[in-house]
Amino acid sequence: MTRTSWAEPLRRVVQAAAVLLGAATAAFLAQTALPGDRATTILNIRSGQAVARTPEELAPIVAQFGLDRPLVRQYLDYVGGLLRGDLGSSYQQFRPVWNIIGEQLAATLVLSLTAITLAWLLMVVWVVATAGRGPRIRSLGQTVDTAAAGLPHYWLGIVLLLVFALTLHWAPVMGGSGLQALLLPALTLAIPLAGFMGQATRTELERALEQPFVVSARMRGMGDTQLRLRHVLRHAVLPALTLSGWALGATISGAVVVESIFNRPGIGRVLVTAVGSQDIPVVTGIVVLIAAVYVVANLLVDVLYTVVDPRVRIA
Amino acid sequence: MTALRSAPAGAASAPRPTRTRPRVSPALAAALAVVAFLLLAAIWPALLATHSPTANDFAAALQSPSWAHWFGTDEAGRDLYSRVVWGARESLLIGVWAATVSLILAVLLGTTAALGGRVLASAVGFVLEVAFAFPALLLALLLVAILGPSAWTQVLAVGIGTAPGYARIVRAQVLAARSSGYVEAAVALGHPRVRIVLRQILPNALRPLVAIFALSIGQSIVWASSLAFLGLGVAPPSSEWGALLDAGRAYITRAPWLVVIPGLVIVALALAATSLGGRLRDALKTGEKP
Repeated sequence: MTRTSWAEPLRRVVQAAAVLLGAATAAFLAQTALPGDRATTILNIRSGQAVARTPEELAPIVAQFGLDRPLVRQYLDYVGGLLRGDLGSSYQQFRPVWNIIGEQLAATLVLSLTAITLAWLLMVVWVVATAGRGPRIRSLGQTVDTAAAGLPHYWLGIVLLLVFALTLHWAPVMGGSGLQALLLPALTLAIPLAGFMGQATRTELERALEQPFVVSARMRGMGDTQLRLRHVLRHAVLPALTLSGWALGATISGAVVVESIFNRPGIGRVLVTAVGSQDIPVVTGIVVLIAAVYVVANLLVDVLYTVVDPRVRIA
Repeated sequence: MTALRSAPAGAASAPRPTRTRPRVSPALAAALAVVAFLLLAAIWPALLATHSPTANDFAAALQSPSWAHWFGTDEAGRDLYSRVVWGARESLLIGVWAATVSLILAVLLGTTAALGGRVLASAVGFVLEVAFAFPALLLALLLVAILGPSAWTQVLAVGIGTAPGYARIVRAQVLAARSSGYVEAAVALGHPRVRIVLRQILPNALRPLVAIFALSIGQSIVWASSLAFLGLGVAPPSSEWGALLDAGRAYITRAPWLVVIPGLVIVALALAATSLGGRLRDALKTGEKP
């Protein structure tokens, strides 16, 4: 027991590190995949022109980005840089990518974590209320889950904006600060996520409701709501919990659209601008960062899993 | 959906019930109607459109939906309903092509990950593992950044972005087919390996893909329109739905229908595709027959 209990987490960590290295490699390949001569492209992106350049003009760019080195060396430099937290330099702005992202990261993380919390609240209330009831309520519950999971962020965001900000004036239209400004963007991300997690939780909750321990709890005279919240839910949330790592990545990538609708600062906005101007290091920087968040979150979920479900520890 | 779920629990173990005509639920009817209407619009837009999609009428600019203009008009007085109808072909084609790219990649990667030799299978498995770390929209945005925005970039970006998820499904299907009784029987009969893969495993494993294809067309259109909404898709003069969204954003406070209605069409199509795909999957479900 003592030996195996360490081997498994260690294997997970090694696997996670390998995935991160793979993600970094993909990011490096993406940077070399830009069509045409890279130095020319960088200079043209920086100056907003599309012209041929002389070697004299290109020399400082080649030196700054180390483009004259062999590809393998560039790759090793890039990966080494990542390990030190250096994501490279922006083609467009004369600054390290990390500074550009770092300024905006907090806003996106706050949005993303608020959205996940809201999604859990919405999902648990909705699923506990509708799963395992009569056929009509069950079918309504399922339909709402599916519909919510299928809503595109841009559409939901705009509808929420129109209803709550422009018509009812309950929330600020653009910008604003504090909790009020956070609510609509977070809700936009939370509703599809809640639908998605709800689909998994509903199946599991209905299965758990048929377990013998439910009958025994009922025989002890436990009320239905109590039973659902105290016993059944604990079984039912496991699949949704497994999705948390994915959810974090999904809400951060959903933030790309949401920040653009609600005019919020954040790495989503930075990303869209960078994609538009082909500022690849900024794009890959954000992509690698989110991949890292996803991998680390999945590791944590694995650990959390053993807390919620002690059976895993023994198995 | 309701009809299936409310069947008595004993039905599954009873001998196969005689087939009755399936009852068409309102949800199914609505899904079929949406898909049929949009297909007709894609094939023969002139039949359904009430106005020209490109005729400017500045006197009628930015009108809200009315009897004359069912979906309202845009900033140049063009009829939004007719633009949506004329945009159906390009939008559906982007969805179909993206779904095709995605499924071809998914089948190649998923089958290799399940059936390739130890080294090849774990290599592809690792590539998929890495691909999962990138959310679909981010992978798509990365490709747009490299290739520059256009309709074909959208197809490739969405196709490649959504492929890893489907590859995982294919891998699971192939693995399930490989450990099934009929494959065991074929092995026992001494059939060559290639023949077992081609005649037994692939046909059975890939059958559910028909349903997934339907589903992924809807999803692809949603992803493609998300890119377009960010201004990274087809350029606005087109009436492709994503381009309509992109163009309408500038008038979001004055003429919200310019974004809400094309978005609603996309949502309706995606939901219809999801529900039809789900039904198709249930109908095609392969099980080992007793």
